[in-house]
Amino acid sequence: MDVKMIKKDFPVLNDNSLVYLDTAASSLKPIQVANKVNEYYLESGVNVHRGVYNLSYKTTELYENSRQIIADFIGAKFEEVIFTRGASASLNLVASSYGMDNIVEGDEIIVSELEHHSSVLPWMNVAKKKKAKLVYVPLTSEGRITVENFKKVITKKTKVVALNYVSNVMGYIAPVKEIIKIAHDFGAVVSVDAAQAVPHKAVDVKELDCDFLSFSAHKMCGPSGIGILYGKLDLLNNMEPIEFGGDMNDNVDLFEVSYKDSPYRFETGTPPIAQVIGFGEAVKYLENIGLDNILEHEFMLKEYVVNKMKQIKGITIYNESSDTGIIAFNIDGVHPHDAVTYFDGDNISMRAGHHCAQLIIKWLKVPATLRASFYLYNTIEDCDKFIESVKKARDFFTEVGF
Amino acid sequence: MNNLEALYRQVIMDHYKNPRNKGLVNDEKYKTVHIKNPSCGDDITIQSLIDNGSIKDVRHEGTGCSICCSSASVLSETLIGKTVVEANQITQTYLNMLSNKEYDEEVELEDAIAYQGVRKFPARVKCASISWKAFEETLKEE
Repeated sequence: MDVKMIKKDFPVLNDNSLVYLDTAASSLKPIQVANKVNEYYLESGVNVHRGVYNLSYKTTELYENSRQIIADFIGAKFEEVIFTRGASASLNLVASSYGMDNIVEGDEIIVSELEHHSSVLPWMNVAKKKKAKLVYVPLTSEGRITVENFKKVITKKTKVVALNYVSNVMGYIAPVKEIIKIAHDFGAVVSVDAAQAVPHKAVDVKELDCDFLSFSAHKMCGPSGIGILYGKLDLLNNMEPIEFGGDMNDNVDLFEVSYKDSPYRFETGTPPIAQVIGFGEAVKYLENIGLDNILEHEFMLKEYVVNKMKQIKGITIYNESSDTGIIAFNIDGVHPHDAVTYFDGDNISMRAGHHCAQLIIKWLKVPATLRASFYLYNTIEDCDKFIESVKKARDFFTEVGF
Repeated sequence: MNNLEALYRQVIMDHYKNPRNKGLVNDEKYKTVHIKNPSCGDDITIQSLIDNGSIKDVRHEGTGCSICCSSASVLSETLIGKTVVEANQITQTYLNMLSNKEYDEEVELEDAIAYQGVRKFPARVKCASISWKAFEETLKEE
């Protein structure tokens, strides 16, 4: 993997002083994706599915071709790939439709403290409304979800398991394949939050055998405002839509309506056409580089940085054994918001705060953390600049009296 | 990092390390307002005691970054003893100064003027504003 060449694909990185370490929030976008989005706006701009004229037909083809590219990418069928606003909307769709129609009083829903709010809150809502019980997988001392701990909480009452594949704070890869197998033995359905997984590692839904899987384009070199819900076809075709309107129905009478099959029954209104077309291009871009190569590269950078950071006094790392490119840490005694302004001064973009995951921040017993996340366009030079800045920041805050 | 250094060197570190008027009181005569910024975790409670048109006391408690916590302390020191009219004027001037709006430079901001430097760090304006916004709420009639 030639990172120097890859960097050239990202126009924002023409500014050589910029060190972008916030991919876990949103990745940067390559020129190929921007051009593809632009191509739609400049050469088409028309609607899909509705027009009977040639330009609309061609645009619809381009749009649906993206769905096929994404389906192939995750090993799904075309009909199993639903376009949503993003992973949050996908996770909510599962809870609002499948959850609200299948969970009854006394049922159990397994989640974890490692979840993003978008993974746990939709199920907290279902649990409250249906008088079901939210059950948390106990985390290991490192903060991991393990098969062993999962076995301690799964029961015959478990109807849904909603867990992340890769934690957005700790960067751990959860053993979801084994968990899914066990959950199925107990008759539970599994919804996987893969927002931090699909951009960084090869994911095959048939191999995992997950029932639902959600992810977003903007974390994987694609446009914002578009994401995917994968679901097993027999589940999807038996689920009620949660939004009603144009394009999702078959026949409309005065008091009755029939819905289209998946994916269209869940896609009312004019979709984000440019974003879908751009998403397909982003997937092609990542496939071309190879997901295994990306994970290997970002993990190598993470190991490099963690080893150097461990030698710096006054730094606490919360996830040394992170399996991906995510490092959560703090400068001792310095609130992360104070620290992040220092890094910003060195043109290093990083996240500070709760990362939309208050449960794991509370579990860590800290007010908030800094988070650096590495991706395919980050270099060893970025790591060195970052480490240098960490040392300077620690000295600065010590010197002014923190 | 000269801007940042200047910012911290002035009053911020002093009030961050030695906050004045910290700790809430359990007294119904005080008006209490709690504001939270869930994205960064800043969490501030401000209490004000108003008697006969003037600010008799201001208390604060909370967690957050140095800019957030110190500004609550500076606020309390600046506003205790002012009339409600003056306190409102200072608060508006301070908030306008931070958000780069026009403001009356004649209004005496005392130590709070140190936060002028925060304007150079737009991402931190919220940190410096949160306690003042909470204070502003305590002045509002029910």
